[in-house]
Amino acid sequence: MINKIVQSMADAMADIKDGSTVLIGGFGAVGQPDQLIEGLIEQGAKNLTCVANNAGNGRVGLARLMELGRVRKIICSFPRSAGSVVFEELYRQGKIELEIVPQGTMAERMRAAGAGVPAFFTATSVGTILANGKEQREFNGRTYVMEHALKADVALVEAWEGDRWGNLTYRSSGRNFNPVMAMAADMTIAQVSHIRALGEIVPENVHTPGIFVKRVLHIDRGPEWA
Amino acid sequence: MQGFDRKQMAARVAEDIPEGWFVNLGIGIPTMIANYVPIEREVILHSENGILGMGPAPAPDKVDPWLVNAGKQAVTLRPGGSYFHHADSFAMIRGGHIDLCVLGAFEVAANGDIANWATSENDSAPAVGGAMDLGAGAKRLWVVMEHTTKDGGHKIVERCTYPLTTPGAVSRVYTNLGVLDVVKGKGFVVRDLAPGVTFEQIQAASGAKLHTN
Repeated sequence: MINKIVQSMADAMADIKDGSTVLIGGFGAVGQPDQLIEGLIEQGAKNLTCVANNAGNGRVGLARLMELGRVRKIICSFPRSAGSVVFEELYRQGKIELEIVPQGTMAERMRAAGAGVPAFFTATSVGTILANGKEQREFNGRTYVMEHALKADVALVEAWEGDRWGNLTYRSSGRNFNPVMAMAADMTIAQVSHIRALGEIVPENVHTPGIFVKRVLHIDRGPEWA
Repeated sequence: MQGFDRKQMAARVAEDIPEGWFVNLGIGIPTMIANYVPIEREVILHSENGILGMGPAPAPDKVDPWLVNAGKQAVTLRPGGSYFHHADSFAMIRGGHIDLCVLGAFEVAANGDIANWATSENDSAPAVGGAMDLGAGAKRLWVVMEHTTKDGGHKIVERCTYPLTTPGAVSRVYTNLGVLDVVKGKGFVVRDLAPGVTFEQIQAASGAKLHTN
């Protein structure tokens, strides 16, 4: 019997190796698997390359992971925000490497990785410093820049519901990067607010088919998030 | 010199958005534009984090923590709205399905170049977000911004000095002093002056030649 539902955070985090590329879902705090990040902090893997839309807030979660010196590099579209104090300190001190990627390019690089597409062309960033050093080609009279797929070892995602086959649904704007990241990693770990019996999620409403998911961990977010 | 305040700038842009357009509003002043589109004029707001049909801010006791806009502020969803993931959201943007994007800017140049994501003085990390995708992908890009910096520095310029977001993308600029069209091969053309503002004043505040027609 297939059962991707794990019973403990330790089980969820098992086998994450030093040097891994880790995708972290969420747009700001919404849809960000904060409990899985705590689990990763506890698990101890270091020298990580993290991929996230933002670079952490305050001194918890992803910010804490960076503050502990566990993150070698962050791939990010919008690192600077009102609360990104840890990232800014580390960046100014040269203690963390930053790869800035336009948000849509970041999403498409991961989608491409999940879809077996090694590279693609986009008009985004043409004529800007972010296109420097990249191959460019013209199609139908317009210049495009080549971007490569962004594959990862681990994806930490947040979903609304999950079942034992790893099928996932998402809630409102909590979806964002999660489905795309779920496709792009060798090992996708999902924290879910609700565990459903197999068949309980209406098939037409499965947002991420379980083929992309390895582990599902139930995390109760509490009444505010119900 | 009178001019528009921020709310009036936002309201002025809203006047020019017709029903049926799919519109993405950047963070800052652009987000305020949504407040000035009458609800019965069905303009469909797109939010880069995966929302179509974004509605206004909820009442304080009706906040849904799962539902935020690109600026991470709580919003609502209108009937007919939908949710989708980031690759689909940016497919809408990059694939040319968004009728209008309105962004803020540090500088807009006479050839339509826009710089709004990094300045050389900024020692903390640059942040680009979806701006480059929006600049390259939206059918139309308008800018709403203060006409000058706090110390009177030029934001309407011949050529941008800050790193570009997208070359040649801007077709209209709304400021506290008026509305400028950006015309290919010509440059800035004054479309409207804000109340109490003269052409001489708006020209004096600009670092590029403004045309009257």
